Amino acid sequence: MKDFAALLDALIFTPSRNGKLRHMQAYFATAEDPHRGWGLAGLTGGLDFKSAKPALVRALVEERVDPALFRWSYDFVGDLAETVALIWPARPGANRPPSLDEVVTRLRLAGKSEVPGLLAGWLDALDATGRWALLKLITGGLRVGVSARLAKTALAEFGQVDVAEIEEIWHGLEPPYGPLFDWLEGRGERPEPNESVAFRPMMLANPLEDRDFESLDFAAYLAEWKWDGIRVQLVARNGERRLYSRTGDDIGRAFPDIIEAMDFEAVLDGELLVVRDGQVAPFNDLQQRLGRKTVSAKLLDSNPAHVRLYDMLFEGGEDIRPLRLDERRQRLESWYGAGRPRFDLSPVLSVAGREALAGLRAEARTAGIEGLMLKRADSAYVAGRPKGPWFKWKRDPLTLDVVLMYAQRGHGKRSSFYSDYTFGAWRDSEAGAELVPVGKAYFGFTDEELRQLDKWVRDNTVDRFGPVRAVAPGLVLEVAFDAVHPSTRHKSGLAMRFPRVKRIRWDKPADEADRVETLAALVETA
Amino acid sequence: MSAPHPETWLQTRPEGLYCLPGDFFVDPHRPVDRAVVTHGHADHARPNNQAVLATPETLAIMRARYREQAGGSLQPLRYGERERIGEVEVSFAPAGHVLGSAQAVLEWRGSRVVISGDYKRRRDPTCPAFEPVPCDVFVTEATFGLPVFTHPDDGEEIRKLLTSQALFPERTHVVGVYALGKAQRVICRLREEGYDRPLYIHGALQALCDLYQELGVVLGELRPATASSKQEMVGQIVLAPPSAIADRWARRLSDPVVVLASGWMRVRQRAKQRGVELPLVMSDHADWPELTRTLEDVGAPEVWVTHGSEEALVHWANGQGFRARALSLIGRGEEEQEVA
Repeated sequence: MKDFAALLDALIFTPSRNGKLRHMQAYFATAEDPHRGWGLAGLTGGLDFKSAKPALVRALVEERVDPALFRWSYDFVGDLAETVALIWPARPGANRPPSLDEVVTRLRLAGKSEVPGLLAGWLDALDATGRWALLKLITGGLRVGVSARLAKTALAEFGQVDVAEIEEIWHGLEPPYGPLFDWLEGRGERPEPNESVAFRPMMLANPLEDRDFESLDFAAYLAEWKWDGIRVQLVARNGERRLYSRTGDDIGRAFPDIIEAMDFEAVLDGELLVVRDGQVAPFNDLQQRLGRKTVSAKLLDSNPAHVRLYDMLFEGGEDIRPLRLDERRQRLESWYGAGRPRFDLSPVLSVAGREALAGLRAEARTAGIEGLMLKRADSAYVAGRPKGPWFKWKRDPLTLDVVLMYAQRGHGKRSSFYSDYTFGAWRDSEAGAELVPVGKAYFGFTDEELRQLDKWVRDNTVDRFGPVRAVAPGLVLEVAFDAVHPSTRHKSGLAMRFPRVKRIRWDKPADEADRVETLAALVETA
Repeated sequence: MSAPHPETWLQTRPEGLYCLPGDFFVDPHRPVDRAVVTHGHADHARPNNQAVLATPETLAIMRARYREQAGGSLQPLRYGERERIGEVEVSFAPAGHVLGSAQAVLEWRGSRVVISGDYKRRRDPTCPAFEPVPCDVFVTEATFGLPVFTHPDDGEEIRKLLTSQALFPERTHVVGVYALGKAQRVICRLREEGYDRPLYIHGALQALCDLYQELGVVLGELRPATASSKQEMVGQIVLAPPSAIADRWARRLSDPVVVLASGWMRVRQRAKQRGVELPLVMSDHADWPELTRTLEDVGAPEVWVTHGSEEALVHWANGQGFRARALSLIGRGEEEQEVA
């Protein structure tokens, strides 16, 4: 438990991806089996204990600590798991600290009435960091800034294999992953993928650059809309059903409506969307469905999920990935037939030729559409991002000239820079023109521009709140963004999608920046 | 005749804690005619008092920090020696906080008060250990006066730093430390853990490190961080004031790992807010177990609690049968928020 606790502790403080990878690799290299396998399961979200709830933890600590002291402490610390971990009265020598294997296996077998006793005994024996890690682990949600994908990437680097190889076999494996570590350390064969529910690494598209545009043989490509949802793979084989994200995360639990509708035998590729009355809803509506372990009936009803299909990888047990795209498309269409609830087909656009497509892309301003996809009609379905067969051709972003209002310190390499910028647009109020925040951006500029922005913020600070500085309204930023939609969470009533700094308008006076109404006019209706 | 209650001869005034029969202040936070100073931190030792009584080490620290503004007459008093001021006998006992830190022991007509200043109970290679002195009233700090504060063994924290250095050999570890006390303790503890490479220090640490070495605390080879090239700093450990570690000064370093040695690092959110990548829980102040143990060791029937989380420690002490109350002193503890 000690090395796993130290790993979580290090991960929560390490901002950089590379730093996190380094910590996880060191853990996989030094922790022993089966503990490191359970640790891997914890990092990839594969451990779930139903019986330990925060209320139980709170009840245990209240039996041991003066309630007034606990209350002051909780007020100070602000997080229940951490307060309990720090305040739990140590009983040195009370017990041997448990191993991670012991925690996992005993909790899995324990009846509900046994859990409090087990937990109290472990908390007595662990140190503060161990207690914190234990409480994080059993009350769900480690929240140490590591995705399942990142943990697998660390594992791949540790075993010096391609992460796609791990993805391919991942869904046939069970924690604590003994055979996986045997293979990665050269002691065993590569585990066989579980054919029925395995995730097949996806084929990805490259952005269409200007030079590609000039040389591309448009006649060889099929065009589709690029939908603004999330890419998913649907696997339904031998009675089992899975819904995977682009990175191979199993997201089926958040989408029981899709899982229920998967009454077929196939592996399909498509775009997950929220669709109401045949119209694609803004991405924000889909966002509310993501990342959940369970979904309420109300949310299922208000934000119904839908998949717009564009490719087929397996029909029944037949692997059709080696076929040409136009042949796979034929198979998809005949399989789909007259229609299936919660699914439809992403149409192949009948417009052909360079100029016509460019015109179509320029007009692509309907909600739910991000641009165009261009796929070679003769392309086989292969894993990864090969250059040439598939292109994404995003529409040009929207832009707005806004005024810098607040700047916040960044993290990691940027911790000495004010690098996160909240910006506003003008609006009339009774007191005259006022700035209202409309978004926040923290990329899009070069290192040199960051230095200039940082200096400007320091020279023009009018107020400070912890890591945030308020600045005088004097700097105009041209921000680019993909879309804007209504939002009740923002003072302006609007939220931008993917805002980034396009240009710093050192030349433009702040009072000539754009107005909130200008931004509101860019909201797209279905 | 019974001894007078300390409430009758000690008062809180705007300048600080005042002793009537001796006509002096203890750790006044603005200039006074006569001051007794427990230790050299800036929220206890202020410049420009007319007369100062302190340990020889504390006076040396005040001279190094304030130069000609250290005070009018500076009178040294060693631990265990006695000095009469007015009608009051004054002596110093070690507080274990930083080099020269002392508890002020005041006696008048058979009544004894110990003003402990800041203190800790665990071993510190840079200063002598705290000695409990029996008394009628014990005045204690409460910087970490909540039971969530239990500082771990400092060896574990130092080894965390060395482990991180081994894991990221291409990066510079920049450790935020307060210039007086914490800096020298971290250096000494690194040496005790066998780290014998040169350590690099920010200019603001130089004078006090030099003084510690003059006073016999061995720190090993120290190099100025500012004079070194970025290339030379790769893989090294640099010590700097907390204000410098995540600011523009640190940009000269090679992809720095931001480290901060402070008792506040016990609370993860505090560390995250400050952008700290490697928090080291190391404090020169007593943690909760040390505070409560000290009240028991000293055994004074009455306890006055000054800066920090007074209410929690007062609550605990009253529950244990002490007569305890909070004593509000202006200007105290501001520095601790930053660097404890």
